[in-house]
Amino acid sequence: MVIDTLKCVGCSDCVVACQTENNVPVGYCRDWVTESVSGTYPNIELELKSERCNHCDNAPCVRCCPTGASHVAEGGIVLVTPNECIGCGACIESCPYDARFQHPDGYVDKCTFCHHRLEKGQLPACVSVCPTKCMYFGDLEDPTSEVSQLLKSRKHKVLAPEAGTKPNVYYLT
Amino acid sequence: MDKSRRSFIKISALSASGIALSATAFGSLKQDALSEDNLLAKSVNNLKRTPTYCEVCFWKCAAWAYSDEENNITKLIGNEKDPHCYGRLCPRGTGGVGMYADTDRLKTPLIRTKVDGKDVFKEASWEEALTLVASKMAEIKEKHGAESMALLKHGSPGSHLEHLFKAFGSDTVGEPAYAQCRGPRETAFGLTFGSWVGSPEPTDIRDTKCLVLIGSHIGENMHNSQVQEMSDAIDNGATIITVDPRLSTAASKSKHWLAIKPSTDIALLLSWMHVLIYEDIYNKEYVEQYAHGFEELKEHVKNFTPEWAYGITTIKPDVIRKTAREMANAAPSTIVHPGRHVTWYGDDSQRERAIAILNGLLGSWGNRGGFYFKEKIKVPKFPHPPYPHPKWGWEEIGEKYPFAEMGITNELINASIPGKNHKHQIKGWFVAGTNLINTVPQREVIEEAIDALDFMVVLDTMPMEITGYADVVLPECTYLERYDGIRSATNREPSIALRMPVVKPKYDSQPAWWVAKQIGEKLGLGEYFKYNDFEEVISWQLEQMGTSLEEMKKIGVKNFKRKSGPMFLKNGEPHEFATNTGKIELYSTELESKGFDPMPVYTAHDQPEQGFYRLNYGRSPMHTFSRTINNPNLSDLKDENKLWVNPKVARIEGLRNNQEVWLENQDGTISTFPIKVRVTERVRWDSVYMYHGFGHNNKKLSRAFGKGISDTQLITKVSIDPLMGGTGMRGNFVKILADNPNKEIEV
Repeated sequence: MVIDTLKCVGCSDCVVACQTENNVPVGYCRDWVTESVSGTYPNIELELKSERCNHCDNAPCVRCCPTGASHVAEGGIVLVTPNECIGCGACIESCPYDARFQHPDGYVDKCTFCHHRLEKGQLPACVSVCPTKCMYFGDLEDPTSEVSQLLKSRKHKVLAPEAGTKPNVYYLT
Repeated sequence: MDKSRRSFIKISALSASGIALSATAFGSLKQDALSEDNLLAKSVNNLKRTPTYCEVCFWKCAAWAYSDEENNITKLIGNEKDPHCYGRLCPRGTGGVGMYADTDRLKTPLIRTKVDGKDVFKEASWEEALTLVASKMAEIKEKHGAESMALLKHGSPGSHLEHLFKAFGSDTVGEPAYAQCRGPRETAFGLTFGSWVGSPEPTDIRDTKCLVLIGSHIGENMHNSQVQEMSDAIDNGATIITVDPRLSTAASKSKHWLAIKPSTDIALLLSWMHVLIYEDIYNKEYVEQYAHGFEELKEHVKNFTPEWAYGITTIKPDVIRKTAREMANAAPSTIVHPGRHVTWYGDDSQRERAIAILNGLLGSWGNRGGFYFKEKIKVPKFPHPPYPHPKWGWEEIGEKYPFAEMGITNELINASIPGKNHKHQIKGWFVAGTNLINTVPQREVIEEAIDALDFMVVLDTMPMEITGYADVVLPECTYLERYDGIRSATNREPSIALRMPVVKPKYDSQPAWWVAKQIGEKLGLGEYFKYNDFEEVISWQLEQMGTSLEEMKKIGVKNFKRKSGPMFLKNGEPHEFATNTGKIELYSTELESKGFDPMPVYTAHDQPEQGFYRLNYGRSPMHTFSRTINNPNLSDLKDENKLWVNPKVARIEGLRNNQEVWLENQDGTISTFPIKVRVTERVRWDSVYMYHGFGHNNKKLSRAFGKGISDTQLITKVSIDPLMGGTGMRGNFVKILADNPNKEIEV
């Protein structure tokens, strides 16, 4: 996933769309928006971005899961199988992005990249709702894909690269 | 408050229908088996989709509402064919499900009654409530004339009641959307181009090369298609210039952010005109062919140099020149955006005139990347007898303001107070879909007016503050539970959208069309409501328009071909503008004839005294006015507003992040509730900023009650626009109180 911070207005539509698409109970969220401000008036920069599970190549949550509930599914998406999850919370602790939470029903929940939509050829709910069209989703391994092209042509970053998790959500800056 | 007959009732009703507080919209989820397949698949399988258009704001985006077998509305998705949203709803539209699911909704009609000397509401049947409403309306008509019954409205319910009112013989109608919001720009663009801006604005943002925003915060106001098009413009490399004392989201995406001193915009606009004209970079051919009064304007702005403006606006002369040149380079694909909420300082129509004139000089009106010629399709009127002719109405009430083109809410309110300089006296209010208390400034004046009324009825979906003042409260069902008028709005191409019920009305709520019809029939106006269901009206109208209800149920939105000609002027093509001179009036002959400045002038406005800060307010992208704050989905995103203060102010006042403070304005009005401080470089040191719509004081709004401050409460001073009667609201100053000034919070 690639997110263009130059277009994001921080409206949190991605958050509500995720909640209604995935039946995330009100009060919980799988994605969220952050704002950072730097500089002094009137020389200020503002960065808004939508954050979520980074579906890392080197995912600490998968490595530390004692039951195998956290796993890497086909296509590299990191998922949790709720009925295998014992809610120990090790994965929550291990995630440098704070992307996981305890669902009120006892299991650990997080972004699935809308796996169920991808299977039908649809984009994740957050991507398809975003009014600024600042989110792009596709195959990073395919050099011709839109996401690969964007990373080729634009300045970008990942979050917490120092954690060594090899995240798969990129931010255009 | 005790002396008032119409004391505020907290919708407690006699019945103790407890507030099911934390019940979520998705209560049924917990029954699900926890298998991955179930969780992942549930939301897409076996869902029915029903067309609607959104009522969470006025943009009215067309959408598909998805509901499951148990008739739970699970999600709302934009209709891809809709030019208002292009298949993408905004957060409020996506969160529209919460409007339906909110357990704090009004559930049954309520009638004010006295128990042990105290005003309370008792639950009533629709029959009882509507019989009372009709008899009170008839009584007012008999004693004072139908004109004395006023309708204050917003949105879709308003149009059903307007029909009732016209049939009843009253044209005493107004909505805050005019005098508290966009009125000044409609007056100004009307005077200049002979055309209202209207909604959605006919700005060709997706193809613009230069977008200029004057205090307009697109991206925080989620005017959907405009937000999307601004994003397209960013992709296309358009230059954005934002004039705002605050680093708005749009400002952060701008090539040039002009951090202007508040209230000085007209000086900047005049100096831009000066640069365009005296550097000879205005659109000469366009002005020669289409504009009237160029020489007068040239003479008028002669001395308004960037150096002159610098002393007023604090914007450096080279920045003024550079930005003017960028606008000229991009012209005519430049948009100086009219904005939307533009009632700021009382000279708002003139500021909007300056904006219109700039567009005239750049040639953007009628050119690609500027403003397109909008078109809409007319929805035929369902047959009914002619309306009676009222002796007076909104026009007479607002006669002091020659350029008012809609009812002026504040004047309607004044006319409800006995002896307030009016020939005409309003005795009753029907309030529909507008929470006047958090919408119209000067709460004391509203309360005085309400207190003097013979009768007041409020129709709403939620127990908004205004309902607490009513004699009768009518629970309207939400847009997801009803038919409404066909949406037909101006756009590049005409389009219509259908709203139909997704589910049956919850609780004992009813749609506005039904309420209007019932009251009408009780008043003997049955001839105006010759249908059993509004579906019949829509069905008839759609047939007339060459489609059908059947077809619309399948597609939701229908787009039509333009009939009025091309969207843009062809090179050198003659064009008649609907003004006195038939030209774009840089010099306004109409303003001159009525004794107003024919070209805008800059007037200095009051600045805050030491220890006070200008109260600025704006929109949060997650909320619409005060109406969505209690929505479970949206309050989850943002449940309170914060007081933005510059770090310098924080230092002087000794404030830290998240500290609770109270505000007191220049007239000694103190906020009912505290607000948390947000220290940020995004605001100037002479002003503070907060999101509008928070600080609800009705406990029945369980999520919104006491969360943050109501900016409207602190707007006790207004500057009235002499052209159209709008209330300038940005001239209020507040001091920050660290200690709780309200020993007892009485609400």
